[in-house]
Amino acid sequence: MLLDTVAALSLRIEPVTVDVDRSMLRNFAAAIGETREVYFDHESAHRGGHRDIVAAPTFLFSVELHAPRPLGYLEDLGIDLRGVLHGEQTFTHIDDVCAGDRIECRRHIASATEKSGMGFVVKHTDFIREGRLVATGRMLTIARPIAVA
Amino acid sequence: MTRPRRQNRAAEVYVGTKLAPLTLEPISRTTLALFAGASADYNPVHIDIDVARQSGFDDVFAHGMLSMAYLGRLLTGWLPHARLCSWRVRFVTTTPVGAAPKCSAVVTDLDGSLATLDLAVQTQDGTTTLTGTATVELEGAP
Repeated sequence: MLLDTVAALSLRIEPVTVDVDRSMLRNFAAAIGETREVYFDHESAHRGGHRDIVAAPTFLFSVELHAPRPLGYLEDLGIDLRGVLHGEQTFTHIDDVCAGDRIECRRHIASATEKSGMGFVVKHTDFIREGRLVATGRMLTIARPIAVA
Repeated sequence: MTRPRRQNRAAEVYVGTKLAPLTLEPISRTTLALFAGASADYNPVHIDIDVARQSGFDDVFAHGMLSMAYLGRLLTGWLPHARLCSWRVRFVTTTPVGAAPKCSAVVTDLDGSLATLDLAVQTQDGTTTLTGTATVELEGAP
């Protein structure tokens, strides 16, 4: 069996807290080819009504990647990370994430199924700042069996 | 062209309105290395050809989240950042090194000030690598 779907649903994933800083956001914006000042310069961001440099929307995905063992929950389910593919990604945005934010990521497995010899795991993340939900994310990972060389 | 069914007058958006596409330069290995570092996605299948081959691929390929980030640029370039409410994408196939993604979006529904869009990313040979939908607020926050 590639994936224990019952164990997956009861898996506890430790919450992680990440301090988002300006250099993280600037590096991310540069790496995706952004040029607009709101993603680089805090004074421009302030003038635009933002608290600080704004995180590009998909930076949310990287917030929890900054924590140790970001895909540890998959390994804990016995999945070989060499065989995983990112199948789908969803975000809902309630409020901006800006430099200076301390974001807590609370995560759980929303679904786990096996079909055609592949595992499908959906992890849900609540992104919380000072006790308030600012965004949610859902990641579908597809686990393929890896042939033993 | 079909006659628009509905229109949001304030934003001059119709069902069928297409955003001006965002076409990127071809993705290089450097692009992938920089994105791996900046996004903290260190999955070696995107930056190490040996691991890519062990995983059954001919070569490294782009992070799906890089294409989604490009789509984010398209959407936040159209409307202010805070107007993006929710979006969902499906990574249809891998994006090879050398691909030049073209991000596109078309309005498929209007409900008051909310608009729904279909999203797509295609490479220069016409391969669709990503599909999705987004809901945006046409009026409101700057």
